[in-house]
Amino acid sequence: MEAFTTLTGIAAPMPKANVDTDQIIPARFLKSISRTGFGKHLFANFRFKEDGSENPDFVLNQEPYRKAEILIAFENFGCGSSREHAPWALLDFGIRCVIAPDFADIFHNNSFKNGVLPVKLPREVCAQLMEDAKMGENARITVDLERQVVVRPSGEEIPFQIDPLRRHLLLNGLDDIGQTMQHAPAIDGFEAKQRAAQPWLYGA
Amino acid sequence: MSAQKPRTLFDKIWDAHVVETLPDGTALLYIDLHLTHEVTTPQAFDGLRAAGRKVRRPDATLAVIDHNIATDASRYTGIVDPESRLQVETLEKNVVEFGVPFIPLLDARQGIVHVIGPELGRSLPGMTIVCGDSHTSTHGAMGALAFGIGTSEVEHVLATQTLLQKPAKNMQVLVEGNLAVGCSAKDITLAIIGRIGTAGGTGHVIEYAGDAIRALDMAGRMTLCNMSIEGGARAGMVAPDQTTFDYIARTPNGPKGEALARAIEWWRTLPTDAGAHFDKVVKLAAHEIAPQITWGTSPEDVLPVDGIVPDPEAQEDEARRAQFRRKVEYMGLKPGQKLQELPVDVVFIGSCTNSRIEDIRMAASIARGRKVADGVRAMVVPGSGLVKKQAEEEGLDRILQEAGFEWREAGCSMCLGMNPDKLKPGQRSASTSNRNFEGRQGPGGRTHLVSPATAAASAIAGRLADVRDYQPKGDV
Repeated sequence: MEAFTTLTGIAAPMPKANVDTDQIIPARFLKSISRTGFGKHLFANFRFKEDGSENPDFVLNQEPYRKAEILIAFENFGCGSSREHAPWALLDFGIRCVIAPDFADIFHNNSFKNGVLPVKLPREVCAQLMEDAKMGENARITVDLERQVVVRPSGEEIPFQIDPLRRHLLLNGLDDIGQTMQHAPAIDGFEAKQRAAQPWLYGA
Repeated sequence: MSAQKPRTLFDKIWDAHVVETLPDGTALLYIDLHLTHEVTTPQAFDGLRAAGRKVRRPDATLAVIDHNIATDASRYTGIVDPESRLQVETLEKNVVEFGVPFIPLLDARQGIVHVIGPELGRSLPGMTIVCGDSHTSTHGAMGALAFGIGTSEVEHVLATQTLLQKPAKNMQVLVEGNLAVGCSAKDITLAIIGRIGTAGGTGHVIEYAGDAIRALDMAGRMTLCNMSIEGGARAGMVAPDQTTFDYIARTPNGPKGEALARAIEWWRTLPTDAGAHFDKVVKLAAHEIAPQITWGTSPEDVLPVDGIVPDPEAQEDEARRAQFRRKVEYMGLKPGQKLQELPVDVVFIGSCTNSRIEDIRMAASIARGRKVADGVRAMVVPGSGLVKKQAEEEGLDRILQEAGFEWREAGCSMCLGMNPDKLKPGQRSASTSNRNFEGRQGPGGRTHLVSPATAAASAIAGRLADVRDYQPKGDV
């Protein structure tokens, strides 16, 4: 996983609540067995018309948002299906940070595991950032994970909260399986105790 | 231990599975059962391979194919779509390489992962159960802590049999009283989501309680827990009781004899203690719940069957007005229109929400002696090969086919538009599945979520129907 430290880029405004993972990447594109290549299908039902041509009204088909690295939306972003293809598609398109008032739990977890940073900020701040983002090319927004601030184009800094462990893993691009493997003796011990107490859970 | 603080069902299962607590409060949580399917695992097995890691507990892992496959006779001659075939073949190779127990496509026990786990007796009370699939919440009906995970977490569980988790908050949904005629667990769950919204349970585990929940059979409890994720909760649970134990005793792979007796002894200690704390409580009166139908593109857009399409312009703020305009436009509706006037093109009875034998019996009881309306395609897709077999033994397939329903092979089918069963653009469905998102059943498809009884009645009426007008004719 690529570490996330500071990102300065174009932000795309998506003033919608409940952006579900079926919108982010429809199920018919989940057949790949790789983690990459999903970017071309990101928001496919909105980005493309039935004949496959681009829908010019959709934000990611407009300049400068084709190069967006940040997405700003409203409540409950990433609800629905657990598909990790959603953060894979965002990442593959080039989006490494989503800012919203809150996120659905599974998407929130999946994002961290792939170096996509979900930033929670109050609705009115998201609305303000969307206004900033509408200024286009010159409205770069900075997301600084080290200092836990979002910097508006005006230079104003907005602090955000984040789980310290997740911040640490993301800043260093760490793989949690390797970390958990260090607890192998404790897992062995747990299994020995559980096997004695609940033998029906073993050897099925 | 007598001075111990009263705990919820969730607290007890959580506490029993914490291997270690990290300094920041994150728990290393032990996972008792890991269910896997073809869609969310290929990248996880690849990760293991790249790192030279093994599956830690193949005996606690089970793989099945469900999402990608056709539910007609074509499954017997091989998967046509090359990408689907590759995904299925990839799982078939991975289970051999990593030694994971596997139910092949043509096995009699094949079916939707959330149907077969409980049915085979693999999903049991007190367990922690995960799967790379958000509807893993279904297994909470057994009195287990069951939740969906992403592919990175699938890899983590395969390698370590644990997950790094922060404890969730406790939420209780109390449903008291008797359910009205024509209503079932699906109407309860839609009514709950209508009340709490799609983010109402975010960060929480829901425990369903109250006498209306106690009265539900296991299939009903599974329907309820299945849709917890649609209310934002990663997990839903029902405390195990005699109904649960009797169900497990009938399963082929559940504990038997002395092991079962010993297990039940522990399971009886699991229900929430009197006085345990819930961070949030929601109460519903069962008798006030009418048959429910969704009108929009989120499961919270739900109304009683006699409801009318809401007016976007009457919503309180512009963001909501814009969102409602989009929903009404996408669904091809007019504000003020009666839901019951909407003609349906397709009726889908199936999915991990409503494809169990009880659901099929419910649909057959309405279909018996009646005919599917002209121009309506109505399909019944059993949740597993075992459900299909049982239904055929009871003659339900005949009743349904005589009424004009298609009787199909087990799979996820038209729930999610990633196999040949899809809506065409503009088609309207009455569906017993769980999500009415834009494009969920196929691009441009318009989904109304309903119970199996309402779906069957709608197939006969040719429009969204009030099941109370279509009561069973005689015994099924």
